[in-house]
Amino acid sequence: MADIRLEDVGHSYDGGRTWAVRPMTWTWRSGRAYALLGPSGCGKTTLLNIMSGLITPTTGRVWFGEREVTSVPTAGRNIAQVFQFPVLYEEMSVYDNLAFPLRNRRYPKDEVDRRVRAVSRMLGLDAHLGRRSRRLDPGRQQIVSLGRGLVRSDVAAVLLDEPLTVVDPAVRWTLRSTLKEIHRDTGHTLVYVTHDQTEALTFADEVVVLKDGAIVQAGEPAELFLSPAHEFVGHFIGSPGMNTLPGEVADGLVRVGGQVVGRVDEPLPPGPVRVGVRPEFARLGDGPGSPGLPAEVTGVDRMGAYDLVHVRAAGHPLVARAEAGSPYEPGAAGFVRFTTGRVFLFRDAVRCGQVVPLNGRAG
Amino acid sequence: MTLTEPVKDPVAAAADEPDRRPEAKPKDNRAWLLVLPVVVCVTFTALIPLMTVVNYSVQDIFSPSDRIFVGLEWFRSVTRDPEVRGAFLRTLLFSAQVLLIEIPLGVAIAVAMPRRGWTVSAALVVVALPLLIPWNVVGTIWQIFARGDIGLGGWAINQVPGVDFNYTLDSTDAWITVLVMDVWHWTPLVALLAYAALRSIPEPYFQAAQIDGASAWATFRRIQLPRLRGVLTIAILLRFMDSFMIYTEPFVVTGGGPGNATSFLSVLLSKIAVGQFDLGPAGAFSLLYFLIVQIVSYVFFTVLTRSGR
Repeated sequence: MADIRLEDVGHSYDGGRTWAVRPMTWTWRSGRAYALLGPSGCGKTTLLNIMSGLITPTTGRVWFGEREVTSVPTAGRNIAQVFQFPVLYEEMSVYDNLAFPLRNRRYPKDEVDRRVRAVSRMLGLDAHLGRRSRRLDPGRQQIVSLGRGLVRSDVAAVLLDEPLTVVDPAVRWTLRSTLKEIHRDTGHTLVYVTHDQTEALTFADEVVVLKDGAIVQAGEPAELFLSPAHEFVGHFIGSPGMNTLPGEVADGLVRVGGQVVGRVDEPLPPGPVRVGVRPEFARLGDGPGSPGLPAEVTGVDRMGAYDLVHVRAAGHPLVARAEAGSPYEPGAAGFVRFTTGRVFLFRDAVRCGQVVPLNGRAG
Repeated sequence: MTLTEPVKDPVAAAADEPDRRPEAKPKDNRAWLLVLPVVVCVTFTALIPLMTVVNYSVQDIFSPSDRIFVGLEWFRSVTRDPEVRGAFLRTLLFSAQVLLIEIPLGVAIAVAMPRRGWTVSAALVVVALPLLIPWNVVGTIWQIFARGDIGLGGWAINQVPGVDFNYTLDSTDAWITVLVMDVWHWTPLVALLAYAALRSIPEPYFQAAQIDGASAWATFRRIQLPRLRGVLTIAILLRFMDSFMIYTEPFVVTGGGPGNATSFLSVLLSKIAVGQFDLGPAGAFSLLYFLIVQIVSYVFFTVLTRSGR
């Protein structure tokens, strides 16, 4: 077991005109569970395939601990990879499927048997070992595909490429907890690719958000939610995503539509910015306060456990979260107040500062 | 079987959908009339010709007005005829060899063909070329190509010291010529069918095989071959039926000779029916021939589809 280090690794499918994965340096630390989160086509699968060796990166080097594996073929890397849909040797029994990677590597017969039985016990496949793999339900098939990766000794990492897409929602839960148990019991490094934020946030120790082939932020789930470093992270994580309002910085003040929201926390060159605040940190109230904006209610979505209040704040649409059964009616005028420390400024989509209360009028 | 609902124009059916009550499903047996065109077609293309042959097979016909009923006499004499038996065994051997060569070779070509890039189209065109040539032209091409004096192929073989290749005199040479010609002509069909099936295998299967450290052979045996079952069943049936009924090419190249070395069932049959105008024996012969093809195809099909379960 070792860290997997990507050193300036980038990949282009068209000879360098566009990058599927922009050159990046990144370390997957041994034994952690990562979620690789991003929209379709952002390079998640390419990144995964670079690690497993199915793709040789256009630039950069890949290290497993102290060993450089950039040009080592897939078979020599001891990577387990699970694909979007179950990939099985359909004519073979579950037992033979699990034994296949070992037999290919000429493990002795009793060793094969011992390992297959150990993995099947761990994954709860004991009752199905004799069955033809294609007769299993998709959830179990996916478990068998996973088992084929785990059966080898010294697995460097388990890579999962949206493995629960084909599985029923009900089975999904069981599978995800199976994965977590495996992670706990084996201590393998897990990299779990998904475009589903709930899946990512509940599963991983660390979430890595990928956009257009570049990592825009990595951190613990709470960190991504509370303090997005990139506008995209704010939009992509959270439901609904972060509000962003076009604003302007001048003389240390942040204005939206002519109204002062608050003050910048650190000196920032004047010019346009975007002000980002999550619905969870925008509260509707009567009295003015800073940071905040005057607002007019345009609509209310009753979500059951809470309400989403749509407002126009200084001329721009914004969503605020309120308790269920809130009294707001369309047309009502008021003031929307933001939680200090949770209002961020973005320039070119990258976070460049915070909005803090005005002196003396802080509320 | 009863027809509970008439076949209707779907648009009209959709239009009167709303006011149709479930208990009032209309029944109209006039719908049977709609299968009439098929019945007429099949009658004229298959049924009537077949019954004509049955009619011939049980009579001895001297002239249109002078014929006698002989029962199963022709069937008995045909099955005992050493010439027919010889041709039967020869045809069976030929079909077996054709299958043994063309199926593995076709699969091998399909596996070796490129999966992407411009070479795909190039490979497809080259492989498919023999399939576009009419049967008798194939025969003519090979008749010339295999000639020892002016044919490129035959001449080249004769350049090997100690080899005297002449398909018009030597029965082994004639047999080989016809066999190689069939392989050249029809292996592409197997290759194209197999290639189509191989192309439908999703990429992750091959990636998984790489991760599992599977050798090229194991990848073929465990991933590609299982996916070929369906098309190979079709390929084997087609190639069996076609090779068992081969007529045009050997007729053009060797005319069934030398002696009767390449005299297959179809060549012999046409000699009896058209050459000697023995309609009775030819009729009995045809029916038996037809029956053999049916039975063997059925057995192949059953065995191949059952073994996959």
